[in-house]
Amino acid sequence: MTAFYFERLVEIFPFFLKGLWMTSKIAFISLVTCTLLGFILGIFRSGKNMILKRIIGVYVAFVRGTPFVVQVFIIFFILPEWGLQLKAFPAALLAMAIMGSAFICEIVAGGISSIPKGQWEAAASSGLNLTQQLRWVILPQAMKVILPPLVGQFVLLIKDTSVVSVIGVMELTRVGWVTVVRIPEGLMVFSLVGALYFVISYPLILLSNYLEQKMAVN
Amino acid sequence: MLADFNLRVILEYLPLFLAGLRSTFFISIVSIGLAIATGILACACRISGIRLIKYPAIAYIEIIRSTPLLVQIYFLYFGLPTLGIRVPEIQTGILALMLNSGAYIAEIIRAGINSVEPGQIEAGVSSGLNYVQRMRFIILPQALGVTVPPLLGQAIVLVKDSALLSLISVAELTRAGQTLTSDRFMPSEAFFTVAFFYMCIYFCLKALADWSQRKLIFREAY
Repeated sequence: MTAFYFERLVEIFPFFLKGLWMTSKIAFISLVTCTLLGFILGIFRSGKNMILKRIIGVYVAFVRGTPFVVQVFIIFFILPEWGLQLKAFPAALLAMAIMGSAFICEIVAGGISSIPKGQWEAAASSGLNLTQQLRWVILPQAMKVILPPLVGQFVLLIKDTSVVSVIGVMELTRVGWVTVVRIPEGLMVFSLVGALYFVISYPLILLSNYLEQKMAVN
Repeated sequence: MLADFNLRVILEYLPLFLAGLRSTFFISIVSIGLAIATGILACACRISGIRLIKYPAIAYIEIIRSTPLLVQIYFLYFGLPTLGIRVPEIQTGILALMLNSGAYIAEIIRAGINSVEPGQIEAGVSSGLNYVQRMRFIILPQALGVTVPPLLGQAIVLVKDSALLSLISVAELTRAGQTLTSDRFMPSEAFFTVAFFYMCIYFCLKALADWSQRKLIFREAY
C-alpha cells in the first residue's frame, strides 16, 4: 500500500512545486516589504518624536504579544466587517507585512541604539543633517549589529508563511493538507513538505550562522 | 466600526474563553517543562565528542529549525495514526511543541555554555577537576544565568505557538475564538478577546524576561 501511495505522490509532485512557488512568492514579497517598513519604523522608533515613538511602540507590542494565526484571523475575518474585502492572497501579504515589519523594527531600533551617542554628535558637528548622519555614520555601523538577527528573522518569516494556509492560500503547507486527505500517508506527505521548506530556509540559516561568527570576530 | 462591539456576547462566552485560557496555560507549562528536558538532552548530545549521538542531535536541531512548526504539527497529527499510534490531539500538540522548542532551547543552552571563557575551563583542568566536575562547578553555574532571559523569550514564543494547536482542534484559547465565530459569526468580539488574553500573558512574561535581563547585567557589572 505504501508503495502505491508513494507512486501517487510522485505523480502529483508538480502540485507540490506549485505550492513551493507560491510559498516563495509570498516569502519574497513579504521579506522585501517587511524589511523596508521595518527599517522606516525602526528609524522613527529610535528618533526623537515622542508621539510617533509611542504609537510604534503600541503597534509593536500588539504584534509581538499575539500569535500570528490570530492576526491572520483578525485581518481575514474582521476587515470585511469594516468594509474592506480582501482576497486570501492580499490578506496573507498584509498579515505578513504587519507582523514582519514589527519584528524587524525592533531589530533595527536595537541596532541603532547600540551606537554610542558620541557618533551622532560627531556626525552633527561635521555639519551633516539628520538624514546624512543616519545614512553615512549611524546605519553603516549599526548594520553589523542588525544583519545577523535580520537574516535569522528572514528564516522565521519564511516559516511563518505556512500559517497563511489557514485562510486557504494554496501554498506548500496547504498543498500538503489537501494531499493528505487523498493520500493518507501523513509521514510521507509532510516529510516531503518539510523537505521543500528545508531547501529554502536552510541556506539562510547557514548564512545567519556565518554572519554571526563574522560579526563576532569583528 | 467598533460602535456595535457586542460586550454581552463576550460575557456570555466568557466561561469558554476562560476554559481556553486554562487549557493554553496547561499546554504551555507542560510543553515548556518537557522542552527544557529535551533541550538539555539534545544539547548534551550536541556538545559531546561521541559521533554516534552528536550527529543525530545536530540533525534533529537543524531539521526542526528549518521547517515550520505548523508542518511539524501536521506531520505528527496525520503521521502518528499511520504508524498505528492513536493519541488525543492535545498530546500530539504537546509533543509537537516539546520537540520544536526543545531544539531552540538546546541552542540557547549551547550558547550559554560557549559564553564561558575557555581560560576558565583550562583553569579547571589544571586544578585537577574532571569533565563532570568542571561542568558542575565551573561552567554550569555561570552558563545557566545567561540562559534565563532567552529561555523566557522562548516561553513567550511557545505560548504564542500553542495557538496553532487550534488548527488540529485542541480546545485552547484561539479555538474558543473560532467557536464563537462559527456560532454567532462575531469575529471582532471573538478574536479581539483572544488577542487581549494573549497580550496579558505576553506582558507578564516580558516583564519577567526584562527583569531577569537587568539582574544579569547588574551581576556582570558587579
